[in-house]
Amino acid sequence: MTIPLSPQPPLNEGEGDADRDTLSDDTILKDPVGEKSENSIELKEIEGLSQGRIVIRRFFRHRGALISMIVLVAVIVVAFTSEGIDALGIKIPGWWKYNYDFIGSVVNGGHPTLSVVPEWLGGQGIRWGDHPFGQDEIGHDTFAQVMRGTQSSLMIVFVVGIVSTFIGVVVGAVSGFFRGAIDTILMRITDVFIIIPLLVLTAVLGRTYSHSGPFVLAIVLGLASWTGLARLVRGDVLGLREREFVDAARVAGASARRIMFVHILPNSIGVVIVNATLLMSATILTEAAIGFLGFGVKAPDVSLGKLIYDFETAFTVRPWLFWWPGVLIVIIALTINFIGDGLRDAFDPRQKRALNRAARLAKAEARAKARVAAATS
Amino acid sequence: MLTFLSRRLLASLLVLLAASYVVYILSANAGDPLDDLRTTTAKNKEELIQQRIALLHLDVPAPLRYFIWLGGVLKVFIGQFDLGKSRSGQNVTDMLASAVGVTVQLLITATLLAIIFGILIGITTALRQYSGYDYTVTTLSFLFFSLPSFFVAVILKQYVGIGFNNFLQAPGFPWWVILLAALIAGAVWQGILGGNARRRLITAAIAGGATAVVMTYVSLTVWFSNPSLGIAMLAVLGVGVAFLVTTLTSGLANRKSLYTGLTVVAIGLAVYYPFNLISDYLTIWSVIGLAVLTVAVGLLVGYLWGGTDRGVSARTGALTAFLVGFLIVVDRLMRSWNNYATSDIINGRPIGTVGSGTPNLSDVTTNFWIESVDSFTHLLLPTMSLVLISLAAYSRYSRASLLDVLNQDYIRTARAKGLNERTVIMRHAFRNALIPITTIVAFDFGGLVGGAIITEIIFAWSGMGKLFNDALRLVDVNPLMGFFLVTGSVAVLFNLLADLSYTALDPRIRVTV
Repeated sequence: MTIPLSPQPPLNEGEGDADRDTLSDDTILKDPVGEKSENSIELKEIEGLSQGRIVIRRFFRHRGALISMIVLVAVIVVAFTSEGIDALGIKIPGWWKYNYDFIGSVVNGGHPTLSVVPEWLGGQGIRWGDHPFGQDEIGHDTFAQVMRGTQSSLMIVFVVGIVSTFIGVVVGAVSGFFRGAIDTILMRITDVFIIIPLLVLTAVLGRTYSHSGPFVLAIVLGLASWTGLARLVRGDVLGLREREFVDAARVAGASARRIMFVHILPNSIGVVIVNATLLMSATILTEAAIGFLGFGVKAPDVSLGKLIYDFETAFTVRPWLFWWPGVLIVIIALTINFIGDGLRDAFDPRQKRALNRAARLAKAEARAKARVAAATS
Repeated sequence: MLTFLSRRLLASLLVLLAASYVVYILSANAGDPLDDLRTTTAKNKEELIQQRIALLHLDVPAPLRYFIWLGGVLKVFIGQFDLGKSRSGQNVTDMLASAVGVTVQLLITATLLAIIFGILIGITTALRQYSGYDYTVTTLSFLFFSLPSFFVAVILKQYVGIGFNNFLQAPGFPWWVILLAALIAGAVWQGILGGNARRRLITAAIAGGATAVVMTYVSLTVWFSNPSLGIAMLAVLGVGVAFLVTTLTSGLANRKSLYTGLTVVAIGLAVYYPFNLISDYLTIWSVIGLAVLTVAVGLLVGYLWGGTDRGVSARTGALTAFLVGFLIVVDRLMRSWNNYATSDIINGRPIGTVGSGTPNLSDVTTNFWIESVDSFTHLLLPTMSLVLISLAAYSRYSRASLLDVLNQDYIRTARAKGLNERTVIMRHAFRNALIPITTIVAFDFGGLVGGAIITEIIFAWSGMGKLFNDALRLVDVNPLMGFFLVTGSVAVLFNLLADLSYTALDPRIRVTV
């Protein structure tokens, strides 16, 4: 935060350090607007609330994160209801009339029928049409394919998030808690995986396992991307294990496992959630990247990365085949990034954001009051 | 220090060794290297299969085959570095040598530009925290951060590459484009410079007006078909550079420093015509030599002007000299543009979307400037797509870093001493904010040789990324291991450098042995 400089006479260069010291001491002593009065407003706001409530409240104040949350949920709902669910033997049909592998006749060269420009503006009116996102050259409905691709990409993102968070948390917690030889061994193993570039590792694994279906691919990708999280959790646990409440638990006779998972980990939940979110937004890009290289999800399944891989060459002829999956990747990555940012702000109050208007006014008022009080005393 | 270094190096080597084993096993199991031969219709199918098995030692199981490969690597100690052969019988070391060259050529400009612009944007946003400008840049950087690289690359190829080539057929701007650009320029500059409403309005008017004038001039004179700066434009730009550099390094109050900058600009203008006369005989090395000479002249001029602080004047002189020299070189390149764009081989569509250079260009000309323009047109799009994406991360990082420093007590002390804002920002805050950024920069340079796999493939550069992709597609383990060995060892080396630079720059951090 930049502090606006009020015009002040320049210090005489000849004067020694002693003078400057007294000056800064003075300013601190006489400063009527201490940190105390500023913090008290924020403390008042969260008075009597549990830690979880405070985090949720802070998260909802982050407008970008809130909007992103709504958009992401909307994307998830549309993707799963429109095409229905067809996984693990469960089959629920969706509301969209075409299936992703349905092949119809190509209408109007496969141009999208979706139009958002009203007629009075020279457009074709607002309409949804038969093939809103268009068709490819053999007659697949692009909307159905993109929705199905979104489903499997989202599935991969969440599975990778769960698998790598689990491994990362366990490795990091064990490593940070026990230290010594266990720590050295686990961290050297982490180093081995970190030194292999993620895209290289995932592409090699994708080349091997993508034939076994998207679910297996997701698990394998999860097994490859836990390293960063493990290091962060380890760092956090190393700090937490020296705290008094851990000593207290140990004196009370708690087992190592109990201390780790009941006492320490809940305190590093912020680090875990924030980084797991950011990992997930990176995963959607990784999946798209290896899909683009041809090492991702294989036919007959589709994913957003695979759709782009299939249609890259069609860009000049049928740009919509490329645009829609691309736009969905961007939407998903962007919303998850914003949610991660919101979560970081919510869990880490040191990284203060600009207060909203009401809070700013309240703060200014309190500052004025403090000044008056200081002047009259 | 030496113990620290050797311990770190040894540990890194062991990690690298273990990682290479993992990669070897994983890639050897990634598919069947005989796939294409099994389905071939060639008559000597069996013979071909046996040949490949013998060439790649496929009869040895992968966990053991690794040691054959490792043996070849370890031969480096007796001077016979051997990374094995690819499927087609090529030496992997030769493949790597050419690929690394191409990749570094592609990535070095992009990385440098991303660092420079990222730090600039990060710092301006940190200084204008929570302003409209800050919010806009933050949102945009989130957007770029979320863009898949192939998406950016394909869009740039389509709209910027082909679009710009079409634009060059009739290079002029319609009035609404000029208006829009002027409005955007005004909005951006008032956001960066800030101040009260009156000052913002004046800034916006000046910036928008200047943009409109420049664009109209460019449009009316069909500047893009035959671009050049000319000596008058160079004089204006040079004086602007001198003032800007002086403002940032010493403040305009330091007259000696300002005079140094202006003298350097005058020297630059004086050598403009002689330089253009000899420019046709120059090569890349003589241009680099001239650049060093230019900086030396700048330093000398600053030293001679002297003043209260010779060092500051010399620094102003060197920076100004480098920038003015750069402008003169840009002007020379621009003068080659028309020759290049209208030549038969280019045929009026200069922006290349494929490969690292125009094939057969060397048959037509070996002029250094023409070749440079050719590299420039081919580098433009991949560089843009790489910069757009990594810019976001750099700007976020340097913003956070500078904000962190600005909240430190020593900044408050500096302000309390009565130092002006420029000194506080440039001397106390900016320098310290650069320390953590150095680490990131070192890491990124370490990752540079790995190439930008996707960007290289889209723009058909045959660098490291393409080598990796081809090797993995064909389950060709030796080139893949070569790729990993190079990227892995460079990454290890630069990680070490990052640690060392950190301890060197920040005296609070000591290496623990």
